[in-house]
Amino acid sequence: MKPKRIIIKEEYCIGCRLCEVYCITQHSPSRNIIKTYKGKGPKPVSGIYFEEKGSTSFAIQCRHCDEAPCVENCLTGAMYKDKKTGMVLHNKKRCIGCWMCVMVCPVGVIKIDYKEKKIVSKCDLCIDSEFPACVEHCPNEAIELVNEEGKKIEK
Amino acid sequence: MEYQQLKFFEKNNRIPGGCGVAGIVNVKGNLFSGENIITSICTMNERGNGLGAGYAGYGIYPEFKDNWCFHIMYDDIRAKEIVEDFLEDGFDIVNEEPIPVHRVKTLQYIPLLYRYFIDIKRDKNSQELYDQQEYILSTIMKINKNFDGAYVFSSGKNMGIFKGVGEPEEIGDFYRISDYKGYIWTAHNRFPTNTVGWWGGAHPFGILDWSVVHNGEISSYGINRRYLENAGYYCTLFTDTEVITYLFDLLYRRHQLDFNIIGNILSSPFWEMIDREEKEKMEFLKALRIIYAPALLNGPFAIIVANSDTVIGLNDRIKLRPLVSAERGDFVYLASEESAIRCVCKLPENVWMPEAGEPVVVQIKRV
Amino acid sequence: MAKAKNITEFIIERDERRCIKCQACVRVCASDVHSYDDESQELLSDNSRCVGCHFCEDICPTGALTIKRNPSATKDNAHWTRDYIYRIVKQSTTGGILLTGMGNDKQYKNYFEHMVLNAAQVTNPSIDPLREPMELRTFIGRRPDRIRYEKIKENKYILKESISNLLHLEIPVMFSAMSFGSISLNACKSLAKAAFLSGTYWNTGEGGMHRNLYPYAERAIVQIASGRFGVNTEYLERAAAVEIKIGQGAKPGIGGHLPGEKVSEEISLTRMIPEGTDAISPAPHHDIYSIEDLRQLIFAIKEVTSYKKPVGVKIAAVHNVAPIASGIVRAGADFVTIDGIRGGTGAAPLVIRDNVGIPIELAVAVVDQRLRDEGIRNQASIIAAGGFKTSADIVKAIALGADVVYIGSAALIALGCHLCQKCYTGKCNWGIATQDSYLTKRLNPDIGAERLCNLLKAWALEIKEMLGGMGINAIESLRGNREQLRGIDLTETELKLLGIKYAGEAW
Repeated sequence: MKPKRIIIKEEYCIGCRLCEVYCITQHSPSRNIIKTYKGKGPKPVSGIYFEEKGSTSFAIQCRHCDEAPCVENCLTGAMYKDKKTGMVLHNKKRCIGCWMCVMVCPVGVIKIDYKEKKIVSKCDLCIDSEFPACVEHCPNEAIELVNEEGKKIEK
Repeated sequence: MEYQQLKFFEKNNRIPGGCGVAGIVNVKGNLFSGENIITSICTMNERGNGLGAGYAGYGIYPEFKDNWCFHIMYDDIRAKEIVEDFLEDGFDIVNEEPIPVHRVKTLQYIPLLYRYFIDIKRDKNSQELYDQQEYILSTIMKINKNFDGAYVFSSGKNMGIFKGVGEPEEIGDFYRISDYKGYIWTAHNRFPTNTVGWWGGAHPFGILDWSVVHNGEISSYGINRRYLENAGYYCTLFTDTEVITYLFDLLYRRHQLDFNIIGNILSSPFWEMIDREEKEKMEFLKALRIIYAPALLNGPFAIIVANSDTVIGLNDRIKLRPLVSAERGDFVYLASEESAIRCVCKLPENVWMPEAGEPVVVQIKRV
Repeated sequence: MAKAKNITEFIIERDERRCIKCQACVRVCASDVHSYDDESQELLSDNSRCVGCHFCEDICPTGALTIKRNPSATKDNAHWTRDYIYRIVKQSTTGGILLTGMGNDKQYKNYFEHMVLNAAQVTNPSIDPLREPMELRTFIGRRPDRIRYEKIKENKYILKESISNLLHLEIPVMFSAMSFGSISLNACKSLAKAAFLSGTYWNTGEGGMHRNLYPYAERAIVQIASGRFGVNTEYLERAAAVEIKIGQGAKPGIGGHLPGEKVSEEISLTRMIPEGTDAISPAPHHDIYSIEDLRQLIFAIKEVTSYKKPVGVKIAAVHNVAPIASGIVRAGADFVTIDGIRGGTGAAPLVIRDNVGIPIELAVAVVDQRLRDEGIRNQASIIAAGGFKTSADIVKAIALGADVVYIGSAALIALGCHLCQKCYTGKCNWGIATQDSYLTKRLNPDIGAERLCNLLKAWALEIKEMLGGMGINAIESLRGNREQLRGIDLTETELKLLGIKYAGEAW
């Protein structure tokens, strides 16, 4: 099964980086934006990479590849493909921090946690909530969630 | 209010109201007494409040059928003298008499009522019929607009309008309607929402041989009136009925459209329906709506319009006021309520409710 | 100190308890108001640069920003208000004409707010638009005074004179002329797409038609103005109608000037002028110095387009508007656009925008009456423009006699505009009045078109409610139906000009 995907429309990315802000908030324990940023607890790391050059910018996150090199190269099965949704997900408990996935990722969207020597952040399409937070909050619809046929999904 | 005040008020205000309407037609043009129309309209006294009633009869003046007949109401003898002087200028007066009436004690504010059978003076008579009608029209406009205290309320040939403030039986009795014989009779029972006392404000309303009885209120009045002014019709009375009458005159006589087309203009089909028609008809209906947009009568109405050859019953585009039709033999009946038909025609062959915006056109076919 | 600093119009308040230092405000402000100081790890704001566009306020994820008017007050003076004092300060610094954008912001009497509508009670029923059909379909163009047809047989007629070359609208609202150049291509695309989807028309303004907008050309009114930019046969043929622009409500008697730095490659291709050159539209058309010249141009365009498209003329509402409009109709125009004193612009001298012209309400009323008096009202449609801000204004303008209403400012507000009136700087933060690629991408035309469609849909629903309330189920029965209007707080002269009665007067 092909997963839902987030597509990028860089012609409409205004470079505000709110996608990152909302990704972090969504993956924090409280999911409250002010508490996440100003509270005492550790702040999660965004699953989004933001790229910018001149007036062009875009946000990119895991593509959830059909044949995902990160899954194929994971030694422990920590990186796996969810059979039901087709998403590429990461099980932190099994991760041994070999970072093979980081090496093979063709788009470079897996982030390293140097302290814990694990993988800390990777887009999970906000599996815990109804809709990806970055897509929902993008002020200009520069990132869109599409279904398996490439059709836009609205919240 | 004093009579003059009442009249001023009636003339200068649009007075909305509910009403009853009725019409009886002999399609072969055979004459029959006005008795039935009185019975018919009086059945619907619930629809009036005693503040206005009137009748129009066609074929009632056979001995003067080629003369224009003006019914004029005067406030006083002075107005009469002025108007008569004016008429003598342009017309040969063939016959002049008071309209014969019965005394009815309950009626108030009765004006002086006269009728004139006239010919346009020979030097003016050389013109075509079309121009004759225009001449009559401008004469009426002139009298009604400029001569205070005089009002022409009927102006056709071989037809007459009789109206006043009162119950329909009083007005019918007063004008001795049952003494006349006609082939078309229409009647009106008025329920104005203001106190009125001026007889000219009652219905039917008419110019030339048109007469209109109307139940309803036209929400598009403002634009209909401005559209007519563009075409040279000046509304002197501020009534919806006047506007409807002029629209019929403009569309039928001047633009020479037939009654089905007029029905489509005044009570036009919805775009939704027009879009579904086959191309030719769609184009035609579309053109009608575009060209005659300001003539669309919007708001609730049921009208019976008559001229010497035709009677038309028409409802607004979503039928917000009642209108029933029936047939028996050579007779066609139209009325606000079926009871008004049944009381003069016990066993009609056919009774139907005309659809919204679909005109009932009764053509007189004389044998 | 004889020299003065920049005038600070707005104060930015940052709620430190809410600010998460995400720096979104820093990244989006085109006026460089906000900055992040690495050393102190503080967010700083330079109030004097703020234009009051409210973009940062809108984008701030925690609502930490509030833009306030600078409370710094000069001594109360009914005559020398702060605004006028600082105009002089500015001009004595620059020595130039003060420029501004959008429409007149002065407090001239707004007649729409002095007119009330009617509703049906008892004597006729109001109509519920949710249950009954309610028709807003409108046509623009010349129509004959009577139908000419042939009766084939009973109930079968064919037209002898077709009236096919009319514009067909499903809602009596169109988008007024805004050129590619004055606004961004994304803004143009939003308008074009919305017009296309909503069954109405958009207007190219004097800027030619960019090739990306060709798919929406059948719903385009193309403009010919004094600069003749982007005009060729294909331009005219591609469009649904042609509008000759003589004047504009925001700057009657004034031309236009698109500075060379805005004339990018795309604009130069669309306008058909060299890249980087100033695009100057002269104040008058130099081939129209009188009404007979206008007639020649109208018929030249009609010849080119084989008499298949309506050709109209747009003028600013000025003192003599009624006779001018009548002359335009007699010169062969199929529609007359009248732009009132509150009409918007991308750039105009402040004194012109605020002081020249008359309100659209009066202009529509006198033009409609004049055309009726002369019996030529059927020969042309009247399009009213200039500051329409709610569906009620539209209903009132139509009741006064307008056929259709143009909206410009309202459409831009739907696209984000907050009326900061800085269009002429080319730094529109909302991506509307700018050609800066960093800013234009802020306006996603898909979102823009959707928002405009929503606005038109919402207004259509409101117009239908108002019509139904009056007991009217077709817009043509409202058009010119001034009985449905009553005036409040108006003088005899105003009532006479508007052709309406005072509230409380019956029919």
